[in-house]
Amino acid sequence: MSNVPADLRYTKDHEWIRVAADGTAVIGITDHAQAALGDVTFVDLPKVGTSFGHGDVFGTVESVKAASDLYSPVACEILEANSALNDAPDLVNREPYAGAWMIKVKVKDPAELGALLDAAGYAATL
Amino acid sequence: MPETLARTPLFALHVELGARLVPFAGWEMPVQYAGIIEEHLAVRQAAGLFDVSHMGEARVRGRDAAKFLDAIMTNEMASIKVGMARYTVMCQPDGGCVDDLIVYRLADDEFLICLNASNAAKDLAWMRAHVGALQVEVLDECAAWAQLALQGPRAEQILGLVTATPLAPIKRFGFAFGEVAGVGGCLISRTGYTGSPGFELYLPAASAEKVARALLAAGKPHGLVPTGLGARDSLRLEANYPLYGHEISEQISPIQAGLGWTVKFTKPEFIGREALHRQAQGGLVSTVVLFSLDDRRIARQGARVFDGETPVGEVLSGTQSPVLGKPIGTALVAAGHASSAALTVDVRGHRLPLRVSAEPFVK
Repeated sequence: MSNVPADLRYTKDHEWIRVAADGTAVIGITDHAQAALGDVTFVDLPKVGTSFGHGDVFGTVESVKAASDLYSPVACEILEANSALNDAPDLVNREPYAGAWMIKVKVKDPAELGALLDAAGYAATL
Repeated sequence: MPETLARTPLFALHVELGARLVPFAGWEMPVQYAGIIEEHLAVRQAAGLFDVSHMGEARVRGRDAAKFLDAIMTNEMASIKVGMARYTVMCQPDGGCVDDLIVYRLADDEFLICLNASNAAKDLAWMRAHVGALQVEVLDECAAWAQLALQGPRAEQILGLVTATPLAPIKRFGFAFGEVAGVGGCLISRTGYTGSPGFELYLPAASAEKVARALLAAGKPHGLVPTGLGARDSLRLEANYPLYGHEISEQISPIQAGLGWTVKFTKPEFIGREALHRQAQGGLVSTVVLFSLDDRRIARQGARVFDGETPVGEVLSGTQSPVLGKPIGTALVAAGHASSAALTVDVRGHRLPLRVSAEPFVK
């Protein structure tokens, strides 16, 4: 069974989001998502300063099998993209919730966070 | 899709080994076990065991068997020696491919033919429709056989642990019948679809699991791992072997696909000869090229190919090459553009230079 940490929020598209007290958040994809993708070979991430609406495609994760879009869980502005994934895209397979975080963002409307799934809600979709 | 998927005799073993099973050509097949890249590298460096029991088999026998096959296949059939196999294409009158096949000569008047899973029923119907007045029968043996492919530099050593059949005398594209893991009547063939050395085993379906388990146990200390269709696809693409429905199809002829060596115009007559001859004489509309990309993005089937700003074709297959560490693929490109230095492929809005390769990436 895939790992679904209790302290994160989730989307039904298999992104996780870790929200900090200062209104920033870190976003990645779940253990279930990395397992379904198989060996990840490339992660295409946006430039710092770019803004996305809720549900917008912010990047692409590419595996041997397929390329999959990454969807922004909330409206946000990119503060940082994880450059470690350039050299080691397989971190996504090894550490989906840690070393393979994808973007750090400023959340534009904290009210949107309430619509995200909690761990139990996400686990129920798998 | 309400369609029921067929299962090979190894289905229970795949589940036990933790395979990810996916629908493929009407079959529920393992696409990967540990991971495609790891399995791919195991085949290049040690050995992998593939279940390819979805492949079909036809037995063609009778006084006119060789003559019949020469009339429907592009390659020469009569000259195959007993105990040897040959790769060939079976074409439509317009040169499009009905299928690509391996033909094993069992006896002067008897052949076993390996069919692609997706084409097995079509192939059998096509062959039977062209028997005419010849003395030949075409038997459907798809359910009788299971197939395993044992591939990699250690394949011969590992196979030798479970069979007393001498393997050294079996030349490339040669075969012998023998006992494997106590199972008699196995066809042991030095062939493969990976670009690494190895064997393909045609086994009585009911005994296939016994052979697979024996091979996996004997091979484990030598690095043998179970390998799925995902690695099979990346391996065959590195070796530039065509896959039906991608590099060859009812719309793409063997001449277009660079398989001209399988088309023997020295034969006075065979289905498709006229159309293929016209193509070979310079009448090609488009041609298949092998390429790599200096990028991390993979150009996949359907991605559009450009020469400068002119659309000139599309990608047929694309994957990540674990050996090269970069994306590779094939594309169908309009004649006259295949050797252009300005070819690019569009991957999600990025125009990536396409580096055409005249040679396979592994040999």
